Amino acid sequence: MQWTELIVFSALFLLVTVMGFLAAKWQKGDTLDHLDEWGLGGRKFGSWITWFLVGGDLYTAYTFVAVPALMFGAGATGFFALPYTVILYPIVFLPLVRMWSVSRVHGYVTPADFVKGRYGSHWLALLIAITGIVATMPYIALQLVGLEAVLRSMGLNGGGILGHLPLFIAFVILALYTYQSGLRAPALIAFVKDILIYIVILVAIVYLPSKFGGWGEIFNDAQAKFDATPAKTDGILLNGNNQLQYATLALGSALALFIYPHSLTGILASRGRNVIKRNMVALPAYSLVLGLLALLGYVAISAGTKPIVNQATGRPDTNTIVPELFGQNFPSWFAGIAFAAIGIGALVPAAIMSIAAANLWTRNVYKEYLKKNATPAEEAKQAKLASLVVKFGAVAFIVFVDPQFSIDLQLIGGVMILQTLPAVAIALYTRWFHVYGLIAGWIAGMGYGMWLLYNIGNPAIGKAHFAGSALPLGKLSIFGWHPFGDSAVQIYVGIISLLVNLLVAVVVTLIAKKARAFNGTDQTDPSDYHVDEDSPRVKPVAAH
Amino acid sequence: MPSDHKTGLRWSNWNLLLLVPLLMLVTPWFNMDEPRVFGMPFFYWYQFLFVPLGVLCVGLVYLKTKDEPVVTGKPDKLGVDDLDEGAN
Repeated sequence: MQWTELIVFSALFLLVTVMGFLAAKWQKGDTLDHLDEWGLGGRKFGSWITWFLVGGDLYTAYTFVAVPALMFGAGATGFFALPYTVILYPIVFLPLVRMWSVSRVHGYVTPADFVKGRYGSHWLALLIAITGIVATMPYIALQLVGLEAVLRSMGLNGGGILGHLPLFIAFVILALYTYQSGLRAPALIAFVKDILIYIVILVAIVYLPSKFGGWGEIFNDAQAKFDATPAKTDGILLNGNNQLQYATLALGSALALFIYPHSLTGILASRGRNVIKRNMVALPAYSLVLGLLALLGYVAISAGTKPIVNQATGRPDTNTIVPELFGQNFPSWFAGIAFAAIGIGALVPAAIMSIAAANLWTRNVYKEYLKKNATPAEEAKQAKLASLVVKFGAVAFIVFVDPQFSIDLQLIGGVMILQTLPAVAIALYTRWFHVYGLIAGWIAGMGYGMWLLYNIGNPAIGKAHFAGSALPLGKLSIFGWHPFGDSAVQIYVGIISLLVNLLVAVVVTLIAKKARAFNGTDQTDPSDYHVDEDSPRVKPVAAH
Repeated sequence: MPSDHKTGLRWSNWNLLLLVPLLMLVTPWFNMDEPRVFGMPFFYWYQFLFVPLGVLCVGLVYLKTKDEPVVTGKPDKLGVDDLDEGAN
C-alpha cells in the first residue's frame, strides 16, 4: 500500500466531492426540476466553463492511460490520437453552431430531439437515441478502467469482487452528486481535473526525458524494443500497411466524436454561438497535452516500466503503464497528484456521459413512449434516476465482465455512433435524404460494420473476433467478391461502414422520392440554424 | 441585421481554410525518421506543428466570418475578459 499517494489522492478526491455537492447551488436557476437545468446546466455556460467542461469531457481518463499504453505496446499507430484531435475542430466548427442554434430555438436537449424535429419521425429518433445510449455505456465503463488502473497502482489491487470495492465507493459518491447537481457538478470539477492534468503533464514532459537521456535516446530505445519483437506492425514509424488505417481511424474518430451524445451535451450547455466558436479555437490546447502524454508511452519503455498484474483478471494490465511510470520516477506526493489527475479525469466524463444517456432515455424513450404527458419536473426526476441506473450498469460491467469486453465494446461503439452521422450531422444542412433512406442506411451500415468487426481476429492475443478496428482490404468482401484481392493494407472499419450507410441511404432515398413516400414534417425553419443568444426567438430556459 | 433574418446557408471563402488541417492525413508526406529535432523524429514533430496550424486556420475563420453585432445600437459586449458573466 502506498500511503502518501493514497492520502494525496483521497484529499483531492474529497475536495471534488465537496465541490460536486455544492455545484447544485452554483449559477443556480429557478429550479433544478427541469432538464434544461439538471441536464444542461441552465444552458448558459460561458467560454471558460465550456472550455474546461468540453475539454474534460473529450479528453478522458481512459484516453490518458490508453493512448500511452498503445504507444508502449505498438508504437506509431497509437499516435493517431494527435491527428484525430487536430482535424476534429475544423471539421465540426460549422455544423456545431448550427446544431446549437436549432436546439436553442426548439429546446432540444439531445441529438435525437433534433432528428425528431427535423424529420417528424419518432422511430428514426428512437434509433438515434438507442444508438447513443448503447455507444455511451461502454464508454462510461472505460472511464472506470482508467480509474481502476490508478487505484491498483496505489496498492488497492485486491482480487475477486472485493478488489473492485474502492472503485465501487468512488462511483457511488460520483453517482450521488451527479444525481443532486446534474451537469453543474462535472462542469465545476472539470476545473480541478484539467488544472491537475496540465501541471502533471508539463512537469513530466520536462523532467522525465532528461532523466532518461533525452528524446533521441528515448526514441532509439523504443525502436530497439520494437525491432526485437516478432510483430511486423510495430515501430516508431508507420509501415506500408497501416498508413491508411492511421489516417482513416483519425478521420473516423473525428467524425464520430461530436455526434456522441455526451459531446453535444457540453455544446448545448453553452451560452451562445461565439462561445462554441472560441472553444473550437482554444480546445486544441488539450490536443497538445494529449500528444505529449502519448510520448510518455515511449518514456516508459526507456524507464523499463512493467505493467502491473491485475489481481482480478490475473493478466498484466498495460493501462497501468502511465501510473506506474509516475509512481516509480516521482516523489510519492507528486505521484499522488498525478493519480488524482487521472482519477478525477475519469469522474468528469463519466458524469457527463451518464447525464447524456439519461437525457436520451428521458426525452426519446420515456416521454415519447412511456409517459407522453410527463411534466418537466417528472422528466428531470426520470433523468436523475436514469443517470443512477446507467452508472451502476457501468460498474456492473467492470465488476462482472472482463474489462477487455468494455474495450471491445467501445471500439464497436465508435463504429455504431458513426452510423448516426447522416441523420444527425448531414441533416443539419439538408433534408435531401428521405427518412426511409436514413433508416435503411443505418441498418445497412450497422449490420455491415458489426459483421466486419466480428470477423477481425488477432491470433497473437488469441482472439478470433472483435480484436480490433483495422481491417485488411483483402478481407473486404461484397457478397463473396473481393475487390482488393489479398491486399494487406488496413483501413478503419468505421469509414467503410459509413460509406455503405451513405450508399444505401442515397439509393433508398431516390426510390422513396420516386414513389412519393411521405417524408415527415420538418418542424425547423432554415433561419433557425443561425439564431444567436440575443434573439427573441430562443426558447426561454426551463420554461414549463 | 438581426440574426433571425439570415436564412439558408451562408458561405464565406474563408471557410476553405478549414480544409487545410486535413492535410495532416497524408501520411506519406511525414512518415520518416529524419530530420530529427531535439531527438524527436520528423513523424512526431511534424504532426505537433499541425496543432498551432489548426488553431491558426480555425481562428482565422472565426475572426473573418464573425457576424456583425446582432443587436444594433448596443456594443458587442462579448469581450474576451467578461466571458463568464454568469460565473460571478
